Amino acid sequence: MNKNKLINQINVYRSVMILLVICVFASILSPSFLSVNNLFNVFKQITVAGIVGCGMTFVILTGGIDLSVGSIMGLAGVLASGVLATTGNVFYAMGTAILIGIVCGTVNGFWVAQCGIPPFISTLGMMTLLRGCVLVYTKGSPIPVKVDAYKYIGKGTILGVPVPVILLLIIFILAHYVLTQTAFGRCIYAFGGNKEAARLSGISTKKTEWMVYVINGLMCGIAAIILTARLGSAQSTTGEGIEMDAIAAVILGGTSLSGGTGFVLPTVVGAMIMGIIDNILTLMNVNPHATNIVKGAVILIAVLVDKKVKDLSAKAE
Amino acid sequence: MQENLVLKLDSIVKTFPGVKALDGVHLDVYPGEVHALCGENGAGKSTLMKIIAGAQPYTSGKMYVDGKDVVFHSTKEAERMGIAMIYQEFNMVPDLSVAENMYLGRLPKKAYGAIDWKKLYRDAKEVLHKLNLKVDEKTKVSHLSVAESQMIEIAKCLTIGAKVIIMDEPTAALTDDEIEILFQIIEDLKKQNIAILYISHRMDEIFRISNRLTVFRDGKFIATKKIEDTNYDDVVSMMVGRSVENLYPSRKYEQQEVIFEVKDMNSKGVHNVNLQLHKGEILGISGLLGSGTIELSKLIYGAIPKVSGNVFVNGQEINCDTPKKALAAGIGFVSDDRKQEGLVLIRSIRENIAMSSLKRYSKGIQINKKYELGQVEKQVKALNIKISSVSQLAGKLSGGNQQKVVFAKMLEANPDILILDEPTRGVDVGAKAEIYAIMDQLTKEGKSIILISTDLPEVIGMSDRILIMREGNVVFEISKEEMSQETILAYASGGVSEHE
Ligand SMILES: Nc1ncnc2c1ncn2[C@@H]1O[C@H](COP(=O)(O)OP(=O)(O)OP(=O)(O)O)[C@@H](O)[C@H]1O
Ligand SMILES: [Mg+2]
Repeated sequence: MNKNKLINQINVYRSVMILLVICVFASILSPSFLSVNNLFNVFKQITVAGIVGCGMTFVILTGGIDLSVGSIMGLAGVLASGVLATTGNVFYAMGTAILIGIVCGTVNGFWVAQCGIPPFISTLGMMTLLRGCVLVYTKGSPIPVKVDAYKYIGKGTILGVPVPVILLLIIFILAHYVLTQTAFGRCIYAFGGNKEAARLSGISTKKTEWMVYVINGLMCGIAAIILTARLGSAQSTTGEGIEMDAIAAVILGGTSLSGGTGFVLPTVVGAMIMGIIDNILTLMNVNPHATNIVKGAVILIAVLVDKKVKDLSAKAE
Repeated sequence: MQENLVLKLDSIVKTFPGVKALDGVHLDVYPGEVHALCGENGAGKSTLMKIIAGAQPYTSGKMYVDGKDVVFHSTKEAERMGIAMIYQEFNMVPDLSVAENMYLGRLPKKAYGAIDWKKLYRDAKEVLHKLNLKVDEKTKVSHLSVAESQMIEIAKCLTIGAKVIIMDEPTAALTDDEIEILFQIIEDLKKQNIAILYISHRMDEIFRISNRLTVFRDGKFIATKKIEDTNYDDVVSMMVGRSVENLYPSRKYEQQEVIFEVKDMNSKGVHNVNLQLHKGEILGISGLLGSGTIELSKLIYGAIPKVSGNVFVNGQEINCDTPKKALAAGIGFVSDDRKQEGLVLIRSIRENIAMSSLKRYSKGIQINKKYELGQVEKQVKALNIKISSVSQLAGKLSGGNQQKVVFAKMLEANPDILILDEPTRGVDVGAKAEIYAIMDQLTKEGKSIILISTDLPEVIGMSDRILIMREGNVVFEISKEEMSQETILAYASGGVSEHE
């Protein structure tokens, strides 16, 4: 019985445990890892993946997937920067990014929830389509961000804490609240667990599925603001590859791709794991091209360990 | 005598985290006998069967097959020792033929490795013939009915040379005719000296076909008795620990005003159905498999699209294209398929019971969890659902307790009109009596119920009026006085010509 309990505990906190193990390794490999400055740096690096990961968690909880997040970020980023360049108004720019995110998410939701096209296919199409829009708009050249107030969102600090980190924290808390405390959260879990049973229980399944893509789009819009503000420009490549980081964060967090079970906390932890690996490799001056090898390997090992633990706890029953 | 036993279990213990499902149970099985297992929902019957079939490990105890000490690590190992189980969930490859499914993994081969189709079909035909089955060995399994595929599973057991065949609630999804065929097959199997372990919550079946029965209560062995040494009341009181006097409440219904009306309902499988439901009434709808009863219930609830038809509540036409709208209009629905349509198995009991009442629990967007928990616990208690905690996953409950969770969800949603498809499928006698009492109580509070069931005693025992459906049409209405199994069957099968 005691052994069972232990295994169950490991099950719940496995992502946190992986994180701790990696932190220990990191601090041994490089003493400067544990400095406050460096830790904030890591946090800052992961905000984008963390926020998109939160949105992706909603989508994956319904058993779906969104491959278009990077392209949504790209479009939101370049249009926001464009608006900023012409109007100089920070709020117009931010509003543009958020609006674009919501609109793109709504279109994704239309394909998936309304037309019933499998998410993998419809968001793959949107990924290509939206990236094309970005290229047409930018004609391939970067759009610089010259307004300091805007850059503050990516680079500024409040009481010593970087603004993006604060934003990530707020979003994480809100997402956690929605999933665990609201009726809508319940609908998401029910939908992901058994769509037909959810529908027959009087849950509006179309609305639920549609909404998760809208939320995910919104997250992409916010992430786009942070990213362009931090980098000081929007480019035709902005956001490229973020879908992999976000999905990896969700998987490292132990959320099942078939939907119905999972939380946002482990996703943020998953993003942190990826961020720390990046960071430690940089601190150790490892060839940046090689970091992907390590990241990929860590994902595979984490998933393998996860499976072993699950098998063990199944046996313990 | 002991040497004869084909299967013997001694002090089997099985614990799940937080639950002792089996607590030192015994079981003796002789060749050629039908041995029934009785017990309340959650007594541990299915768990024991899975252990015998090698599908689940056990914590301690001993198991003997033909006097030999055995431990199974997989169903394959159990099958090799001649023990096979008929699973209720589909366990075959739908796109392969009947013959291929029967010999899956053991297809006869020619010398150079190719499949010997001739031999395969010949062997399969022989086995089907032996069971008097009129299924063609070349049909795809996907074309078979539930009953037929169950028969094929039994045929498959014969091909592996089973000495013990386990049937866990095999009649739950069968109609009366099909049950007859199954019983015929069971008789044949007995003659071939094959032992059958039989689980059912329908007492009449148990007394009809079994030679001996064993009763469990709360995971403990109570007794094994010869069928001629016991009777219904004795078994029930051993199961429940008290006697269940009247299964069905005595209803004296005086017709009140029409509260619910369906006009000219049409769709695939349902033709021009009209019906009226009165306040406080239980309206039974009965028909053979495929007669459209289930489709009709789903049409009313908006679960499947209709071609035409109108629904009225209190004389007001309502739009119920989706379950959500139907529920909002005060129509509730309990599906006959709890695993696919009733429950989210990977979520907790609490979330499942609360699923249709989320709006009522919410203040703004936030769920009032304290209130929710109180309500859920009230339902669990009212229906006597056997759980270790409300956060237990619904999928880990025994079949009957899962059914009660689905029922609890609808009770919690508190609709005025309740459509129940096979509400007591897999539910034990004691709990059945409780559910019937609750139904009776609901109608006394002014709610109305449409009861669709293939369990004829249940339809007769509970309904104030019965509609008979055949081939998608309502063909006859039977009043309380005329109700009998013979009448229902005669009209349902078309044995009697219809009159208006
Ligand atoms: N995988 C599991 N994990 C945890 N508990 C389980 C699991 N499977 C069964 N149980 C528990 O074991 C007990 C016995 O369940 P079992 O399915 O054997 O009952 P049963 O006698 O077949 O009941 P029913 O008549 O309702 O089918 C129940 O309390 C159930 O909740
Ligand atoms: Mg069972």
